[in-house]
Amino acid sequence: MSTPVFSPLQRTPLFDLHVSLGAKMVPFAGYEMPVQYPTGIIREHLHTRERAGLFDVSHMGQAFLDGDDPARALEQLTPADISGLKEGQMRYALLLNDSGCIKDDFMAARLEGERPLYLVVNAGTKESDFAFIAERTHGAAHLIPQPTRALLALQGPKAESVLSNHAEGVAELGFMRVRRLTVAGRPAIVSRSGYTGEDGFEISLDAGDAEYVARVLLADPDVLPIGLGARDSLRLEAGLCLYGHDIDEGTSPISAGLAWVIGKRRKLARDFPAAEKIMAELFAGTSRKRVGLKLADKTPAREGAEIVDGTETIIGRVTSGGYSPSLGQPIAMGYVATESAADGTEVAILVRGVPRAAVIAPMPFVPHRYKRKSGD
Amino acid sequence: MEERFTESHEWIHLDGDIATVGITKYAADQLGDVVFVELPEPGKQFKAGAEAAVVESVKAASEIYAPIAGEVTESNSALTADPAKVNADPEGEAWFFKMKLEDASAAQKLMTKNQYTEFLKGL
Repeated sequence: MSTPVFSPLQRTPLFDLHVSLGAKMVPFAGYEMPVQYPTGIIREHLHTRERAGLFDVSHMGQAFLDGDDPARALEQLTPADISGLKEGQMRYALLLNDSGCIKDDFMAARLEGERPLYLVVNAGTKESDFAFIAERTHGAAHLIPQPTRALLALQGPKAESVLSNHAEGVAELGFMRVRRLTVAGRPAIVSRSGYTGEDGFEISLDAGDAEYVARVLLADPDVLPIGLGARDSLRLEAGLCLYGHDIDEGTSPISAGLAWVIGKRRKLARDFPAAEKIMAELFAGTSRKRVGLKLADKTPAREGAEIVDGTETIIGRVTSGGYSPSLGQPIAMGYVATESAADGTEVAILVRGVPRAAVIAPMPFVPHRYKRKSGD
Repeated sequence: MEERFTESHEWIHLDGDIATVGITKYAADQLGDVVFVELPEPGKQFKAGAEAAVVESVKAASEIYAPIAGEVTESNSALTADPAKVNADPEGEAWFFKMKLEDASAAQKLMTKNQYTEFLKGL
């Protein structure tokens, strides 16, 4: 890697590979990242749904949280049931600020036979998340960021067969399960998880092994490299939130429709940030809710577009929107007043000042195809 | 037929006082997969530099500007039906609209093909 000392943008260990594959590189969360390859976003998107795509997500923040009881320490900052994580299990969780709003969304996992928890947080928030976790768990746990680890995501219906050619034990791993495995001869932490709604894996590697493993996976005829453009359209179709857009430090987990993240035990104990407020919202509801939207015609509605009701009163705003390559029509996600949030409600979205007919639609827009194993 | 280019990557083909307007291959490549175009209605009047059309890729929306003042005479409905034509043949089949120019000599201020090629090198 040849990062200039004064470069304002960081590079992942796969930078040279992206450039050699003809990627269009753009700044994203402080990194130079591939937004698309010569294949193009629509074909990259469809290929991931039909076969398998390889994503570089090394910009995300990986860390271990060690201590006598790191799960208990982390539970001060999240409503998820972290102590209840079984060995080899991973869970989607929210990091909450003191007002009970979403500081970040992240993954927490307990590896078999290991005391430290393995965490993966968003790229754009990793510095502040790590500082927050370190400070708030001080004395009870210590955070060990892993800035030199790379992260690949292999997603799509062919992901299992592709990865099985280079690693043992892949097929046995159920959705949201995690294990240390050897991938193409290199040590890796492999979880059956992702951000596309497809079956797939996330593969954490030492930086020095990342390009080799990526090249091995890309050599499979079922695999194409996929950029951030398709990553965004895939996750939008899957109804998954993008931090900083669909959820942020002003969003409550309840209005975001993420109440399922709160562990049963945690609901009873009410021992997470702003628990009383969040539990009250859970029972009484919130004034606005995150919803899916399908537009009637072909005009995409983008982030920030206002959502109006039949009387052209503003009832909400789009937080993510674009074209769905799988459905061939524009889709969006946003927040609307709860009384207008029921599926099938007819609304309009103002695009360049013109109201465009839309309907509140259930999410995911494209069904998830996760591989759950019995007992999970 | 005379060909001119703008710094915002529109091309113009001049035929008397009728200009056909589209976006350059460079612009189409920058946009990536085009999924939607919004075209002006015939009869619409534009000043030079006014927003005349919208082109949307998977990622974002971009405006197309009227390179010269005039009145729209025709828009390319084939593009509305199949926006991917913008990527397939941006400087041919995928023209956006035609306009009757107020003053065709205003085109002389725009870049020639050679000047535009030089301009791209500087980007």
